[in-house]
Amino acid sequence: MKKQLMAVQLLKKKLDGSNFLLFVTIALFVLMYIAGIIIFSDAGFDNFQTFLNMLIDNAGLIIAASGMTIIMITGGIDISIGSVVGLVCMMLAYTMQNMGMSAWMAITLVMLFGIIFGAVQGFLIAYMKLQPFIITLAGMFFCRGLTAMISVNQIAITDNATFLGMASKDIHLLVGSTVNKHGVRMYPFVHPSVIIAIITLVFIWYLCKYTKFGRNLFAVGGNEQSALLMGINVRRTKFTAYVLNGFLAALAGFVFCLNTTSGFVEQARGFEMDAIASAVIGGTMLTGGVGTVVGTFFGVLIKATIETYIRCNGTLSSWWNKIVLSALLCFFIVLQSVFIIIKNKKKN
Amino acid sequence: MRQSLKRSQLLLPVAALILMLVINVIITPSFFNISIKNGVLYGYTIDILNRSCELIILAVGMTLVVASSRGTDISVGAVEAVAAAVCVRLLGSSYDAYAVPVVFAVFMCLFAGAACGAFNGLLVSKFNIQPMIATLILFTAGRGIAQLTSARAINGVMVPGQILYVRMESFKYIGGFIPGCVMPTPVFIAAAFVLITMILLRKTALGMYIETVGINPKAGRLVGINSTLIIFFTYVFCGFASGLAGLISSSRIYSSDANNIGLNMELDAILAVALGGNSLGGGKFNIAGSVIGAITIQALTTGLYAMGVSADQLPVYKAVVVVLIVTLQSDEFKRVWGVYKLRRAAARGAA
Amino acid sequence: MNSDVVLSMKNITITFPGVKALQNVDFTLRKGEIHALMGENGAGKSTLIKVLTGVYTRDSGDILLDGKSINNRSPEEAQQNCISTVFQEVNLCPNLSVAENIFVGHQPKKGIAIDWKKMNDRSAEILSGVGLTHIDVTRALGEYSVAIQQMVAIARAVNFNCKVLILDEPTSSLDDHEVANLFAVMNKLKSQGTGIIFVTHFLEQVYEVCDRITVLRNGELQGEFPIADLPRVKLVSTMLGHEFNELASIRSNRQDDSAESGKETIIRAVGLSHTGTIKPFDINIKKGEVVGLTGLLGSGRSELVRTLYCADKPDSGSLFFKSKKVKASEPIDSMRSGMAYLPEDRKEESIIADLSVRENMIIALQAKTGVFKLLPIAKQNELAEKYIKILNIKTPSPETLIKQLSGGNQQKVIIGRWLITHPDFLILDEPTRGIDVGTKTEIQKLVVQLASEGMTIVFISSEIDEMLRTVNRLCVLRDGKKVGELSNDNLTQQDVMAAIAGGDTNGN
Repeated sequence: MKKQLMAVQLLKKKLDGSNFLLFVTIALFVLMYIAGIIIFSDAGFDNFQTFLNMLIDNAGLIIAASGMTIIMITGGIDISIGSVVGLVCMMLAYTMQNMGMSAWMAITLVMLFGIIFGAVQGFLIAYMKLQPFIITLAGMFFCRGLTAMISVNQIAITDNATFLGMASKDIHLLVGSTVNKHGVRMYPFVHPSVIIAIITLVFIWYLCKYTKFGRNLFAVGGNEQSALLMGINVRRTKFTAYVLNGFLAALAGFVFCLNTTSGFVEQARGFEMDAIASAVIGGTMLTGGVGTVVGTFFGVLIKATIETYIRCNGTLSSWWNKIVLSALLCFFIVLQSVFIIIKNKKKN
Repeated sequence: MRQSLKRSQLLLPVAALILMLVINVIITPSFFNISIKNGVLYGYTIDILNRSCELIILAVGMTLVVASSRGTDISVGAVEAVAAAVCVRLLGSSYDAYAVPVVFAVFMCLFAGAACGAFNGLLVSKFNIQPMIATLILFTAGRGIAQLTSARAINGVMVPGQILYVRMESFKYIGGFIPGCVMPTPVFIAAAFVLITMILLRKTALGMYIETVGINPKAGRLVGINSTLIIFFTYVFCGFASGLAGLISSSRIYSSDANNIGLNMELDAILAVALGGNSLGGGKFNIAGSVIGAITIQALTTGLYAMGVSADQLPVYKAVVVVLIVTLQSDEFKRVWGVYKLRRAAARGAA
Repeated sequence: MNSDVVLSMKNITITFPGVKALQNVDFTLRKGEIHALMGENGAGKSTLIKVLTGVYTRDSGDILLDGKSINNRSPEEAQQNCISTVFQEVNLCPNLSVAENIFVGHQPKKGIAIDWKKMNDRSAEILSGVGLTHIDVTRALGEYSVAIQQMVAIARAVNFNCKVLILDEPTSSLDDHEVANLFAVMNKLKSQGTGIIFVTHFLEQVYEVCDRITVLRNGELQGEFPIADLPRVKLVSTMLGHEFNELASIRSNRQDDSAESGKETIIRAVGLSHTGTIKPFDINIKKGEVVGLTGLLGSGRSELVRTLYCADKPDSGSLFFKSKKVKASEPIDSMRSGMAYLPEDRKEESIIADLSVRENMIIALQAKTGVFKLLPIAKQNELAEKYIKILNIKTPSPETLIKQLSGGNQQKVIIGRWLITHPDFLILDEPTRGIDVGTKTEIQKLVVQLASEGMTIVFISSEIDEMLRTVNRLCVLRDGKKVGELSNDNLTQQDVMAAIAGGDTNGN
């Protein structure tokens, strides 16, 4: 009897605080996925490959949303991510296709760009103490315009064998295989982009949980003044966060380009809002100090599930994607706020 | 004393505007020329004034939202599209007559904007949700709603996502010229809107209440101010402003284009507010500053077009200019500059 | 250089725009001593601390730590130089766990990763060292009360085992038991050779635990004294700069007009309560009475008056104001009936920082008048000037932003705000907290004067002798419940203490 009581107490404790919100997110994803299997069984929803396709399609978003989570934990925001992704795609396309640069050179170049861009934004936000919304807004404008300056027309990457090889490479998993109607054994597969995304997730998770820098992010986001008085170098912490985020945005762009193998002006428009929505649904708060990439990952999965629903349904137009995602976002936002109200009432 | 404080607040926005005008004159020597062609005023300055009207209206609405809730409303562009879609859909596409009285359509257009504002306001004031997050919802969903509203019967089935047109001439007066009038109509609308707003804010205690709520909402409540209602009001007002701007925009192109009406306007509106010397952290605000900021942005745009920059590439220059201006206006820069001047003076004194 | 001295600050000068915050101030701290830093508001105590810890940069002067010249340009550097600080406001991060807050910046590591288990275990040890047991160190700090948060802040600072420990008003949120814990910790550190700088307003605490006192006034050093050489009266007069017996004269005045039977009952509360903060209480207050509320921290004094004013809507019971039943749901309703409320935390709940003195003053009257009837600017100026004069508020002009005034003057502006509404019933919650002795006196005199003019007042103060000087009656609260009333007939501090503690002399 006592052991059961202790177990219940432990469960209650684990579910306390922000863990509760994470639990809701994960539960929602699981429920939605199961519902999808039931409703769309004939459209192949129950296929393991469907799940893997979600990861393949959203590898870039996973990486970008991880970066966004870090920034939001410090209490900031970065609405330039979508434009950076678009610019990186265009840069890759132009350098490889029009300039004949080798794939690895091009990739190194864009990663460098991401770091420098992140550093510039980080300097203005952390050292000049300008508002993140305004600066990243300007950053968004800047990158969109720059994309158009490079080329107004779409550039498709057709000549670079290395890159195309990376883009179409299927990595087969050794488990979960099925036999299709022709009697051929089909192994489920992912792309290298998914591997990169998973590695990024694990790296960021470790950073947030086990490094001083990661914990400093939470302190700065929780109460900047206190963090300063506790001896944390707030400016350097924020600056580093934006540099890291710039790197991740460029990485997301590279991964995105692996999917699209082209660059054009309107690419990834609204991408940053997907990243923010994923983070918020995953339990990250815009006020800062609270958040986890695990939650963000499930936020991305929920968004992917909605898209898969609509694709399987076939009759609804793609605007419904945005509307359903907004409704879900609304739900989670209100949930977060209700949760805080209850917590405050309990404290008194 | 209050007046001179106000004047120093406007110093930098006015300086920025003058800079833009100077740059324009250098590029286009005939910049300040105004003439009358076809019975209406022509000239670069008129053009800038005309095109900045929607932005002025949005910026005024945004200023109050920022002041009272310390956050921004990023849905204003999408709400413009929604309101425009409602208006055009109601008016119908006939060449002979409006499907409903114009007054009714205009009213519904503004009401739609205000209703969207009320949705945002409810989330922010009653549920205490951060403004950027709360308005993110309409930002994402708004254009979808506008698309669904812009539906036309094709082969007996209502198909959403169309661009609907208003063919009646008198609709174009709103975004164009009223026959016999030399000044574009939007300028009158914007001027009237700004004037009425300023009277409302300064001749009643509303302006002071908004500032109080933005600076210290708890204190505001304890002195008897209904903070929730004030914040809710500013969002409804901002939604109304978006509706008005949407009306003008759709009249200019006599159609509802849910994808393009109000595109990127939220960003410009926030920039106009910041350029106007208003703190994005809420509290004290200055309507005149936001108006000047809006015109400055439009002047910048015109100047860049005159230099041969294309519409797609425009944002690059906007970004650089805005970062420069915001940096120069910032407290940190003023502090660094102050220290630099002190050191220079000390060095000269020691020499 | 005396090897006994661990910290020596000489000729410290710092100027802010228009204000000479510190002028040629010296300060010396010896090893193993507890040194009080005292002075009125605006004297420069906080400024001196902020210069030492790198929050501000001084214009001139030297700081020597253990004989070596140091220049802290940031709190980070101060910490590296082994100076740790506990600030008046809890400067920790509410979203991080208790354990994390203690170890931010120097978390124990296992290889390159943070060792959470070790951190949690060590934190529990450290907290029991300052008398805090039964604290779950893995929970977020924000879930605990302000008093506990402050103790955690103290635990964090103490854990650094620094040469110099600065405590800036650490006891404002602590009850007597916690203060005793703190003093035990301070004495232990003292015996280990740490030099402690103790900034405080509470005279009794200074005499209980300090060895030396440095007094500042208006940014200048008044003197450094061993505690034995400075009896209380002399301390206060050094802080104020003149002889000080006005306090005694207030008391005698009050006793003279305490006979006021037969006056009408202004406030009658029956079973009024607010869930979680104050249990159902009854209170009757007559016109012109001054009623004090006293009790330990957390006993419900502020919560009681907030329920009366409807700052927190009552959950049960009824309130009668001037014999009419009150149906209030928001502060504006109470204001319209004729009530006024000065909150305890002026920074959070009273001061509208970026507005002018004039606007801060007339805002309550404006709210009472209505949003569409703006008070004419001439009337606003007239009212502002009138009360600036009456309350002796030091401000360059009515248009000065309130945030540029000193704490005491800000408080006077807020008092003016409420007086302008001509209330029948005024609630003052800690009106003299964090205020210099001179202004304290003015406020107490004002209370007595207003009562004699017919205003009914409820007065809350942590300093019992302040209340004994001004009230007719004291209500005693304990643990969220009103437990008794004492009428102020030759009441002493002892009597009140006993009533607060309750039970018999064994403390049961």
